Amino acid sequence: MVELIAKSACDGLLPKTIGSLTLSEAAPEAITSVTPFRGQEAAVSEALKAQIGAAWPAPNRMTGRAGARVVFSGRGQAFVLGPRIAPIAGAALSDQTDAWASVELSGTGAADALARLVPIDLRPGVFRQGHCARTLIFHMPGLVMHTGQDRYGLMVFRSMARTLVHDLESAMEAIAARG
Amino acid sequence: MRITCPICGARDSREFSYRGAALALQRPAPDAGDDAWADYVHLRENPAGDTRELWYHEGGCGAWIVVTRNTVTHEVRSAELAAEVAR
Ligand SMILES: [Zn+2]
Repeated sequence: MVELIAKSACDGLLPKTIGSLTLSEAAPEAITSVTPFRGQEAAVSEALKAQIGAAWPAPNRMTGRAGARVVFSGRGQAFVLGPRIAPIAGAALSDQTDAWASVELSGTGAADALARLVPIDLRPGVFRQGHCARTLIFHMPGLVMHTGQDRYGLMVFRSMARTLVHDLESAMEAIAARG
Repeated sequence: MRITCPICGARDSREFSYRGAALALQRPAPDAGDDAWADYVHLRENPAGDTRELWYHEGGCGAWIVVTRNTVTHEVRSAELAAEVAR
């Protein structure tokens, strides 16, 4: 049997600190896509609460806490970022753990750096902690989460990991250059 | 231009991609005849005023949306989930 060595999406690229901002890889234990069948949201919400203590989220919102979140990820779809979950009657599940590059941008000015790349209103009074959005990160479709004070989680398709890091570095450098 | 996705809320137009007139929701019956099918496949209105179009929220939630837009004023008058328009 060949011994394969697992590599994370941003292996060798992160962490990086530029000025007040730090970019680090933040891959969850597992990423599971959950899509309830028509009319099954309430039942699926109960099942998620029983398994990981977090309910089905409204659009643009996430529930739970670091290490066990349910995050709105599209029309009729949410991602469980946390432990692997057991099958749920009334929903289609798919394991996407290795399909995404997940990073965290933190530090004073994190929202200003992201505002250079993301076309939504990121002011903390509008895009609050616990809010998330499927939107663009420069040219890439992605998922943006406001996880804490000056702290954001970002996800793009794994094939775009290097581009994600490059684009975020450019924005971090531009913020640092302004002093 | 901003489009209010029924799921995500108001978003910049760069998040959306354009499909064309919202005709796919009125597909003729298989036996509707050559004229109806030629019209459906090839002929488009070019209104100065309100027009209904299909947009895809590609850089967002992935929903197909019927957008009613005014070609003269550029006003986006409404945006509805295509799945509900078709129902
Ligand atoms: Zn949307």
